[in-house]
Amino acid sequence: MWRYFAPAVAFLALGGLFAYALMRIDQGKLDIREIQSPLIGKAAPAFVLPSLTDPPHQIDSHALAGKPYILNVWGTWCGECRAEHPALMALARTSGLPIIGLDWKDEHSDARAYLAQLGNPYAEVAADDVGRTAIDWGVYGAPETFLVSADGIVLAKHIGAISEAVWEKKFAPHLKNGGRS
Amino acid sequence: MRRWLAVLVLGLASATALAIDTEVAFPDAARQQRYDRWIHELRCVQCQNAAIADSPVGLASDLRRQVKEMIASGQSDDEIRRFMTERYGDFVLYDPPLKPRTYFLWAAPALFLLITVGVAARVIVRRSKGPIDSDPEEPA
Repeated sequence: MWRYFAPAVAFLALGGLFAYALMRIDQGKLDIREIQSPLIGKAAPAFVLPSLTDPPHQIDSHALAGKPYILNVWGTWCGECRAEHPALMALARTSGLPIIGLDWKDEHSDARAYLAQLGNPYAEVAADDVGRTAIDWGVYGAPETFLVSADGIVLAKHIGAISEAVWEKKFAPHLKNGGRS
Repeated sequence: MRRWLAVLVLGLASATALAIDTEVAFPDAARQQRYDRWIHELRCVQCQNAAIADSPVGLASDLRRQVKEMIASGQSDDEIRRFMTERYGDFVLYDPPLKPRTYFLWAAPALFLLITVGVAARVIVRRSKGPIDSDPEEPA
């Protein structure tokens, strides 16, 4: 008798699995586009890039060592970056960490106007005109946000707009031991 | 005259090729072939369902530039593979490596084939023993 029901049971089980996954995606709990970064637990890629806001000055990632920092990849061409901007402004105030901006393949004058208009949450903004630093960091879509430890290890990465909830869940737990890896 | 005709024909042919990356990267065939192979092997992680050869997004062209430079500077396939996977993970490769995390991925086709053959064999054996439509589990 069971063999008449077996296909129906198998169908319902598979359908249930699909429905469950779709529901999780819909609730934002499952992100099928997210790729686990191989950089987590490894040394943050080094860079030396011109400063967006202070042009002749070069930003050297080695100078950031000694305390944890946030690296946020953005661009004026990126719509979701604009959406996350208020959250970055809040993080700059509340996180106690410097936010380093990586302005990815952007027009400098546009980027400066954008910060002048919306406010500047960044301690420093490095301009990656050719996109090589973004490749080194495994960036594939903006906005992306990294948390780097005091000893220069990538602790966490978030793809998509950051928010206070994401910060509390994904980033803040890493900072309990003083931001060391 | 014949040379110009060839240029015209090739020019028209390339216009219909629809490829994003139509520029020839290397003058010699060997390196060009390696380049072509690599840009079809690497996934555009931004668009996720296209190779970097077929994607118009900025990151894909940056990665093509990276591949071109690495081949030009004489780096090996292993070095290119390592460069890409260290940054983007195995997902960037259309041909994922065999390792514990991918055992199921690689075994799945054979596994499903085995299950199908097993079920088919059982059905065929059972049906060949008795008349069609008789169910051995149900009393006649």
